[in-house]
Amino acid sequence: MKKLTTLDSLSRMANTLRRDVVTMLAEAGSGHTAGPLGLADIAAAMYFNVLNIDPRRKNDPDRDRLFVSCGHTAPIWYAALARAGFFPVEELKTLRKLGSRLQGHIDRLTVPGVESTAASLGQGLSIAAGCAYAAAMDGKNYQTYCVVSDGEHDEGSTWEAVNFAGYYKLQHLTAIVDRNNIQIDGPTEKVMGKEPLRERYEAFGWHVIEIDGHNIEQIIDACQEARAIGEKPVCLIAHTIPGKGVDFMEGDYRWHGVAPGGLDTEKAPPKNKQLEAALRQLHY
Amino acid sequence: MLTKESHLKRNIFGKDIEMAPTRDGYGIGLVEVAEKNVNVVALSADLTESTRAAKFRDLYPDRFIQMGVAEQNMVTVAVGLALQGKIPFVSTYAVFSPGRTWDQIRISVCYNNANVKLAGHHAGLSVGPDGATHQALEDLALTRVLPRLTVLAPCDAEEARKATHAAAAIKGPVYLRFSREKSPVFTTAQTPFTVGKARVLHDGKDAVIIACGPLVYEALVAADRLVEKGISVRVINMASIKPMDEETVERAARECRAVVTAEEHQVAGGLGGAVAETLARSYPVPVEMVGMRDSFGESGQPEELWRKYRLNAAAMVDAVIKVIKRKH
Repeated sequence: MKKLTTLDSLSRMANTLRRDVVTMLAEAGSGHTAGPLGLADIAAAMYFNVLNIDPRRKNDPDRDRLFVSCGHTAPIWYAALARAGFFPVEELKTLRKLGSRLQGHIDRLTVPGVESTAASLGQGLSIAAGCAYAAAMDGKNYQTYCVVSDGEHDEGSTWEAVNFAGYYKLQHLTAIVDRNNIQIDGPTEKVMGKEPLRERYEAFGWHVIEIDGHNIEQIIDACQEARAIGEKPVCLIAHTIPGKGVDFMEGDYRWHGVAPGGLDTEKAPPKNKQLEAALRQLHY
Repeated sequence: MLTKESHLKRNIFGKDIEMAPTRDGYGIGLVEVAEKNVNVVALSADLTESTRAAKFRDLYPDRFIQMGVAEQNMVTVAVGLALQGKIPFVSTYAVFSPGRTWDQIRISVCYNNANVKLAGHHAGLSVGPDGATHQALEDLALTRVLPRLTVLAPCDAEEARKATHAAAAIKGPVYLRFSREKSPVFTTAQTPFTVGKARVLHDGKDAVIIACGPLVYEALVAADRLVEKGISVRVINMASIKPMDEETVERAARECRAVVTAEEHQVAGGLGGAVAETLARSYPVPVEMVGMRDSFGESGQPEELWRKYRLNAAAMVDAVIKVIKRKH
């Protein structure tokens, strides 16, 4: 697969993915908006630069693996996979519809390029750790990435996975924590404490790098650093803004699980104008 | 009469019959499948000896993963291994997995169709002195409702060995149910075992006992005793809980017209429930269920518990007499 090498082209791709996300969600009439918009720069950086993958060789044993633990962020990953050539872009508009391959939450069996099904929180990092363990057993050098939401650090099973990966020094494992500070019931620290997140990971034997999750250069550099660290798993705490790119959604936790056109807020335009307004802002 | 084609041991009611827990058959089978296939790996949550994964660990240390007391992570790490081509066997007590790990099994194993083999140990009341907390009496109900999951409950150590081989050969998730306590090893290497097939071990026409796990032997004892009373009882080993051999169940109902189910499990949702569901759809006849009736177990010796909770041959004799009286 041909990589995008300039920051400008990657930024444009992130913007395209955001447009895909709001369009497909508005068409579906339900789904999660804030998280996927906040992850667009990470998705663009990973699928169009960092990952060693090729849609023509989906099952290449030496490919990099990107797992997603927070299955509700499906729209951004579907958009990235489609734009990367894993399936037709036109199919994005079938999201959440009867008979569609694009299920509401990420489905490995139906969507080409998806490494594992995900939905119930607190499971994906374990799956990624199992993958990294298998790579170590087989002497493979591919990198295993796992995108984890900050909210799912409430799950005890997430910490079982963190402990396991640290204990076995799974050096080819990189967790990318989407630190967007929101979850369904409100700001993360109000719902249940996650801090000090960096120190928690470090205490379990991980190397931690904090980055701006909207700075594509930082994302790429951190992934390269993570690959080079060796000896231990690496956690990239990516600080992101939920709803990034759409001013009436940015930072507002109420857009966590609502599609454009589905919520009245003080800042938002009328429901029937929300998609149009979002797309206008995402014009490049 | 014992059926010839089941190739059971001779003199299975003799005092010198070999005794072994079904978990021993798992331990032997695990090593055998590991020898044949380098992709077989084993995971244990700090219960390696008692789940009989120790021999595998000693022979194949590089393919054994100690997971600590973290069952949820164990199941999902196994998914990650399976997605990369490994065939992970996950061993712990059934009360913990599927007990604690049902969400992981539902989504990450079954919905994901990951090639994970779940070994649930210490199932049934015969766990004994450890008491109700460790006696899994609900695991069949938890597993048999999950799409894509094969559910096997072998009747003795030899069949447990075969079930372990069968699990490795299946491409997809499998749940295996094992007991802690020794029970008679009455099948042989020649006894057929096929996933999805029930086996008639004892011929009869007045009633049929459909059993799984160590209670299959008790069912044979009950059938033998009933011969003296002039009652002819068929005994079916239903090791394959899912897929269930509905054809054999229906034929037995048509020919015997009275059914008794027997399991070390809650009758609700277990083998009793599964057989009743099948018969309600195909050929309804009176059914009596030997099993746990909406209660937990308690500490005690396995035999004492079976007697108190009516899970033994004597209970099955009574159930057969009762069900025959209810015949249409």
